[in-house]
Amino acid sequence: MTTSVIETVGFRNKLRARWRAIPESTRLGISTGTVVGLGVLLFFLDHSLGYAVLLAAVIYRIEKLPPMPYRLVGMAALVVLLAILATAWSTPWSLVLLLACTFAVVAIPRRLRSRVLPAAAILAAVMYPFYVSKLFTLPVFGSWPDVATGVYMLVFMMMAVGLNIVVGYAGLLDLGYVAFYATGAYTAAWFASQQFAGQQCPTKGVSVQNCAAALVPKRNFNFGGIGVLPGTGGIHVTIWLLLLLAGVITAFFGIVIGLPTLRLRGDYLAIVTLGFGEILPQVARNGDNFFNTGFNLTNGPNGITPLDSPGFGHQLSNLTGGFLPANYLECCNAKVLGHTIAGTPDVYYWTAIVLLLFTVFCSYRLQWSRLGRAWIAIREDETAAAAMGVPLMRTKTWAYASGAFFGGIAGAFYAAFKSSTYPGDFYFNISVFILCMVILGGMGNIWGVLVGAAFLAYLNVFGLGETGHWINTHIHAGGWHPNIDAQLYQTGIYGVIILLVMLFRPEGMIPSRRRAAELHEGVHDEPLYDAVHTGTE
Amino acid sequence: MSAASGNGADILLDAQDVRKEFGGLIAVNDVSFTVPRGKVVSLIGPNGAGKTTFFNMLTGVYKPTAGKIIFLGEDVTGKPPHAITARGIGRTFQNIRLFQNMTALENVLVGMHSRMKANLFNSILRTPAVRGEEKRVRERGFELLEFTGLRRKAGEAAKNLPYGDQRRLEVARALATEPQLLLLDEPTAGMNPQESAEFTAFLYKLRDEHDLTVLMIEHDMRVVMGVSDRVSVLDYGEKIAEGAPREVQRNERVVEAYLGKAAVEDMRRQGLA
Repeated sequence: MTTSVIETVGFRNKLRARWRAIPESTRLGISTGTVVGLGVLLFFLDHSLGYAVLLAAVIYRIEKLPPMPYRLVGMAALVVLLAILATAWSTPWSLVLLLACTFAVVAIPRRLRSRVLPAAAILAAVMYPFYVSKLFTLPVFGSWPDVATGVYMLVFMMMAVGLNIVVGYAGLLDLGYVAFYATGAYTAAWFASQQFAGQQCPTKGVSVQNCAAALVPKRNFNFGGIGVLPGTGGIHVTIWLLLLLAGVITAFFGIVIGLPTLRLRGDYLAIVTLGFGEILPQVARNGDNFFNTGFNLTNGPNGITPLDSPGFGHQLSNLTGGFLPANYLECCNAKVLGHTIAGTPDVYYWTAIVLLLFTVFCSYRLQWSRLGRAWIAIREDETAAAAMGVPLMRTKTWAYASGAFFGGIAGAFYAAFKSSTYPGDFYFNISVFILCMVILGGMGNIWGVLVGAAFLAYLNVFGLGETGHWINTHIHAGGWHPNIDAQLYQTGIYGVIILLVMLFRPEGMIPSRRRAAELHEGVHDEPLYDAVHTGTE
Repeated sequence: MSAASGNGADILLDAQDVRKEFGGLIAVNDVSFTVPRGKVVSLIGPNGAGKTTFFNMLTGVYKPTAGKIIFLGEDVTGKPPHAITARGIGRTFQNIRLFQNMTALENVLVGMHSRMKANLFNSILRTPAVRGEEKRVRERGFELLEFTGLRRKAGEAAKNLPYGDQRRLEVARALATEPQLLLLDEPTAGMNPQESAEFTAFLYKLRDEHDLTVLMIEHDMRVVMGVSDRVSVLDYGEKIAEGAPREVQRNERVVEAYLGKAAVEDMRRQGLA
């Protein structure tokens, strides 16, 4: 209740209070000295790293200046200086351009910025395949992620935004989100592969065992499937319908899981969802012979592969003058802006961007609706929310279903991208991984979650390897060189990241205002006053 | 929703032999209780008498062990809280339970949940119907904040409001559910005499302008005796007296079990008895 208590509670606030107690001039001296010292030290380790630290420090200082005209002049001076360095020395031009663009965005008035920034980000993301090969290398992190990594990142960003509806908005801790991912992936696999082709004898009335001639598929259903050779069996549905179908089936699955579990609160819910997250991969792993009936649902540990290639078919492709590719796998080879567009991964990448934008749009609209308010109310105080007419079960189930919907779409798309789905893809650590993205970015804030997801997904498939490479080549003590396979330490590294986030910034990198307040002051969710004997309702 | 019981038109709420046991403890022991339409009824009793438990049964937070609760002629026993709210019982809480990190306006908007129609799909599409509804509830929300004197604090987080404002916001939020019966759980707890007096005036305004029936738990005898049309007294989970404030005040059992001699003298000094 009292503000003085809040001020000094928490590790971060204590540190900050101690830091503030030091006089202003001393503080400036300490920080400048530390940065310069660190920069020089790192310069000997890796030129670009020392350079980057100093650059970051300068930018940070510029940001602290009053905006007009000092900051603007400072920014312009920095860009010009780097441009001169770029012509004379080894500073890459792409860095100069990037800085100039960033500063240009920052110089835009605050009110316009909320529109310009997302637009700029979308543009930069869409154009990424065209300029990625020309970008400067980052210190420590090495080169920028390639486009295939971009697809992976986008898929995980989608899932993180979906999980954010469940965890961030409604405050339901879900440790089994991978179940939805798996459901989506298997839905895509079932309806766009030869999984259910079956076998039969071409001659009628002869069983498979006694068939002398070659066997032919029993079932063959094609609804807009792309690249399906005649005579191959199985169900082949167009990917566009399939994404929707995967979303709907997964949402339905979410409701089925949710109905019995959402009555539980807090930790209990987390444990039950954890259980479901474990059950599903096991079903996938052992689902090649259900109850010994011979019914093969998931093809067991071998997984289902290959999946049909996504595409729009020749008709649509011709209609749009080849803008929408007929078949992603046999696509393009067109040269645009000096970049040869490939079906894999470029077209997948742009498709993923469209799907992510759709997810973000829905999530954003929901946040500021009747349902979104009800979710937040439940998160803040379940009892009060119910007393104000919010049906708890139904509202929570909707949160679960919408979170599942996007998880399902992401899973289906990713399965189509990899053209396969294996039970090994869906282990518990993925659930935790997605949850980490939400926590790191900032629970409840879409932008934060996007950043967190992009960063962790990047680190997972690309950044860690690059970082490990940097460590192996730059750190040496005498004749000793480390030989680290950074990927092996990933779980530990994520653990440390989450630990640091929880200590220093529990609300995440870009927090939602509300969530930040809850985490620093605790949620008002004490039991009902006279309920010493609460009993089970 | 026509009245099922004989005099249903006049009786808004009818609790029949309601009982609640927590393990071996009988918190509410076969209490029968009616609330006539358009009246202010108070429920008093010493701490631990089962008043709040009784409230929680009326609003569906607890399921009664036995007995029936009839609201507007319909049996609502054991219905979930949101269903009861939708039928027209709004409530406040003894220890304020606002949505602390939501703004005052948002708190009120959550209260209107059961009176809104927007669903997941048309919210995403933001259809004209949804936009119209959203505009309507916002206007209504501002009206309610105006009525409770919080219009200028609409954008403030609930937790940043002063205590008295938080109490009033709770009432505004309860009113947003469009109740016919408003349950107030110790609305003047923690208020000073002047604030209590203001609240009493506010209560009159509420009853007259909003055509409300009020049932409240209250410890401040000045408020209780001042505004109540009827008072019921609970002690150890049993109803020991009921009637007009003056009658209850003179009831032997009430004086013994609840008020105590000191309190009676205190009230005499204030000229109430």
